[in-house]
Amino acid sequence: MVSEITPELVRHLGVLARIQLNDDEVTRLTGQLDAIVDNIAKVSEVATSDVAATSHPIPLANVFRADVVGETLTHEQVLQNAPDAADGRFRVTAILGEEQ
Amino acid sequence: MSDLIRLTAAELADKLTAGEVSSREATQAHLDRIAAVDSDVHAFLHVNDGALAAADAVDSARAAGEKLHPLAGVPLAIKDVLVTTDQPTTSGSKILEGYMSPYDATVVARARAAGLVPLGKTNMDEFAMGSSTEHSAYGPTRNPWDLDRIPGGSGGGSAAAVAAFEAPLALGSDTGGSIRQPAHVTGTVGIKPTYGGVSRYGAIALASSLDQVGPVTRTVLDSGLLHDIIGGHDPKDSTSLTDAWPSFADAAREGARGDVLKGLKVGVIKELPDSGFQPGVAASFRASLDLLEANGAEIVEISTPHFEYGVAAYYLILPAEASSNLAKFDSVRFGLRVTPDGNPTVEDVMSATREAGFGDEVKRRIILGTYALSAGYYDEYYGSAQKVRTLIQKDFDDAFAQVDVIATPSAPTTAFKIGEKIDDPLQMYLNDVTTIPANLAGVPGISIPSGLAEEDGMPVGIQFLAPAHEDARLYRVGAALETALVDSWGAPLLTRAPQLAGGTR
Amino acid sequence: MAAAAKLMDFDKALELFEPVLGFEVHVELNTNTKMFSDAPNPANEKYHAAEPNTLIAPVDLGLPGAMPTVNETAIRSSISLGLALNCSIAESSRFARKNYFYPDLGKNYQISQYDEPIAYDGSVVVELEDGTLVTIPIERAHMEEDAGKLTHMGGATGRIQGAEYSLVDYNRAGVPLVEIVTNIIYGAGHRAPEIAKAYVATIRDIVRSLGISEARLERGNLRCDANVSLRPRVAEGEEPALLGTRTETKNVNSMRSVERAVRHEIQRQAQILADGGTIIQETRHWHEDTGTTSPGRPKSDADDYRYFPEPDLLPVQPTSALIEELRAELPEQPVARRRRLKAEWSFTDLEFQDVRNGNLIDEVEATIAAGATPAAARKWWTGEISRLANSQDKDAAGLIAPENVAALQKLIDEGTLTDKLARQVLEGVIAGEGTPQEVVDGRGLAVVSDDGALIAAIDDALAAQPDVMAKIKDGKVQAAGAVIGAVMKAMKGQADAARVRELILERAAQ
Ligand SMILES: [Mg+2]
Ligand SMILES: [Zn+2]
Repeated sequence: MVSEITPELVRHLGVLARIQLNDDEVTRLTGQLDAIVDNIAKVSEVATSDVAATSHPIPLANVFRADVVGETLTHEQVLQNAPDAADGRFRVTAILGEEQ
Repeated sequence: MSDLIRLTAAELADKLTAGEVSSREATQAHLDRIAAVDSDVHAFLHVNDGALAAADAVDSARAAGEKLHPLAGVPLAIKDVLVTTDQPTTSGSKILEGYMSPYDATVVARARAAGLVPLGKTNMDEFAMGSSTEHSAYGPTRNPWDLDRIPGGSGGGSAAAVAAFEAPLALGSDTGGSIRQPAHVTGTVGIKPTYGGVSRYGAIALASSLDQVGPVTRTVLDSGLLHDIIGGHDPKDSTSLTDAWPSFADAAREGARGDVLKGLKVGVIKELPDSGFQPGVAASFRASLDLLEANGAEIVEISTPHFEYGVAAYYLILPAEASSNLAKFDSVRFGLRVTPDGNPTVEDVMSATREAGFGDEVKRRIILGTYALSAGYYDEYYGSAQKVRTLIQKDFDDAFAQVDVIATPSAPTTAFKIGEKIDDPLQMYLNDVTTIPANLAGVPGISIPSGLAEEDGMPVGIQFLAPAHEDARLYRVGAALETALVDSWGAPLLTRAPQLAGGTR
Repeated sequence: MAAAAKLMDFDKALELFEPVLGFEVHVELNTNTKMFSDAPNPANEKYHAAEPNTLIAPVDLGLPGAMPTVNETAIRSSISLGLALNCSIAESSRFARKNYFYPDLGKNYQISQYDEPIAYDGSVVVELEDGTLVTIPIERAHMEEDAGKLTHMGGATGRIQGAEYSLVDYNRAGVPLVEIVTNIIYGAGHRAPEIAKAYVATIRDIVRSLGISEARLERGNLRCDANVSLRPRVAEGEEPALLGTRTETKNVNSMRSVERAVRHEIQRQAQILADGGTIIQETRHWHEDTGTTSPGRPKSDADDYRYFPEPDLLPVQPTSALIEELRAELPEQPVARRRRLKAEWSFTDLEFQDVRNGNLIDEVEATIAAGATPAAARKWWTGEISRLANSQDKDAAGLIAPENVAALQKLIDEGTLTDKLARQVLEGVIAGEGTPQEVVDGRGLAVVSDDGALIAAIDDALAAQPDVMAKIKDGKVQAAGAVIGAVMKAMKGQADAARVRELILERAAQ
């Protein structure tokens, strides 16, 4: 299989994952991911349609909690690690840029 | 060096119970040891300034005649992946520098309730991604056997701490071998319990379907004692099992009597390529098998045809789940925030923060995981990897129909030199070839010291795997072989480790 | 803000195009705790007024190490809702992670259901105002969690555009939601806006009758996303045209708005298409004030959600016993219930429509249960109470407790109050002065039924108008009117005019 890892794809993945990547990183990651993907793509060799997928190693089902209020964090605990807060809430910079 | 730090946790516990030693003395002895050698080893990211107060509380409770847990007063090192209310938790990452959790991980809460004394937080590969602890944002941990070598990873800090006698007990987490492989390279004992056997609540998630918390110690019995404290059902972790677990300490004691090896069927995997293993590792493994046989065990060749796909499946599932688990580190509610110049949007701030706050290995795996999950690739990669899990489980089922336990070398090589593989992620990933299948299938695994490799004098471990829920079997078998090996050596392997004086770095 | 869009006349748009609809309705469940944590649920009336960031468990903030747990009551409510929507309940359903970054999302993924929803393949019958029944096909209903609340600061409008910074409150993060997704709805024609409104009203009626949601649209307990596309009309018997590009108008928070938003999108899209333009597939925001929609946040990467099974949670596999238990507890379907009540109450079509369109069925039913006749209950609710509600810009439902309406009517029936006095008492009850009896006592409003006092007043009035008695005795009974008026005035209206008239006539006969 021809690997499809390209610098453009890596850049796009960086946007999806919210990691700003400079050109050097894009180049390096493109090469590394290409090599890694070549090696891990072999999973599809044995993953035939008659094999079920396992999402949880030990099968369990119907694990529920009773609808009873428990201990909550205090307001101080909620905000104790906040990089920025105002008015009892977490503060973030503008969500949209000027052109939006 | 104080004798107190040379005691096993079980021995120290006995002395504490008998009133021969106070927890303050034991804790101070370990704090002194940390002060003496940790500038060399760098096992700890943080030393608990409340440790002596916690020790004093145990001592006064004991003086007041309160009924205490048998291990009360024994110091404990905690991998920094576990959140703690009294000490910062970073998971080895810059992005969480100084983070204070408002709650304790369940295993930490249980350890505190049992009267264990938290000594500090141990170093690890950033977010547990790595096999060498070189990927810690706070600098590498060094192997007490040779300070130029890696202590394994991701839990190199916990393994090095117990190997360097800085702590009798430590907590680790194992996603693909992060407890067992460090045990292998440091001459210590580590157990990855059955998935769901120990609560993950408060363990900063790497790959949720693979992660397990477990004990890191110098003896099998000590692991059993710690496992008894931290294990069992936790309603805060939905994947936590409701099994009524037997005492693992009792299982270890039973194993130490030796007769469990008689008639024990030990599976050896046909497909594991001899050539992939360092000669000293292979030799130590064969010697252990011989010893098992000499004690009445039967060695049976088994086939696990799909294990060879394990590493590939693992390096799809882990990055995929990690890419999602690590999305929460976005500068909004906690952790680092980097605000670029100009009029940045939230997206710009998040991207700059994650660029600055994550190390290369973390970025590499997040990007890989994002790719494996993205539209159009899911079936080929993540979906296929999940099918490989099914096939590996089937391999285990077939094998355990024939044998009681499976034995492998714990890792292909002894500790390599710091920096040796750092630029070759693929080579690094192959380190986990023997440990990964247990995480994929959810079965328990133990690594105990099997000797030293002739060519470099570094420790080697042997791994046993058992069916899911059969952790006690590992304690019996592990303790039995441990006893036979220590008898053959005349003293525990760690007595052959170099004496650390400290101050060399 | 973008310039107002050109709109085609609605009827003309319908001549040229056929609207195709689809709805996603999010229902906030009113459980005690959140979907995935044991923190109090602000969508439950008890916790509605909490201060920001005070209803928080670690997982709601996405704190490191925190893990979700599933609320059993939310599961039961979701199954009940699925059954009420005539859905099949999945033997096995599971949660998935929907990954995208947004500051209101503590974990930067939403736990939702993706490929295995809890309920699927249903339908719901909705009734239009004229009694026409329309069946809406339901594709699925799935469980998920709500996000936190963003407040945009520093801009002129309070909107996201132009804001300098935003503040995040995570109280709402993790509120249990059921998202109900319809199949594509064809053939709505010119009734599309009306169907949209009736559909949302029906969902509201269903969740309210199940008791699983506060169901208050103005609080966001029910939020509708309306998908609208147009395709050219074709002659009878011809192949239908391909589906047009759709827009999704988000978070429309009142029934009237749903209707207006669908109408607006039809008119807007029709104009664009008629002008030779193309519709952009996008989400649009509804603006209540202007009655228009505007483009939402551009979806740069939002389409690649990288769903995968939530590894921290396990499959939901309800037993058939549980499903049958919940099926047996289902309340009557709204349409069937309405038919039954209309017959029981012997209302005409028009009378019943009045009650229904005022959303007063529950109130009338409760008033009758408290002892009033159907006619009296209807008269109060669609009459005086609705009028007062209107003048106060409130909903009639909830303005006054049904028991108080029944008690008020009882005071009239007993002769304690006249209709006119009763209206004053009603105002007092609504103003919070207590029960009708308490208002009567407090304001001293009861009818004077002491004949002695009335006769004294009559005598005073007759003395003031000496010619009246002669006229009455002469047979000109209508002359009594002037005396009645004077007596009522003297009694400050608290007399029964009929009784006063009787007493005057008795006096004349003496
Ligand atoms: Mg939706
Ligand atoms: Zn939704």
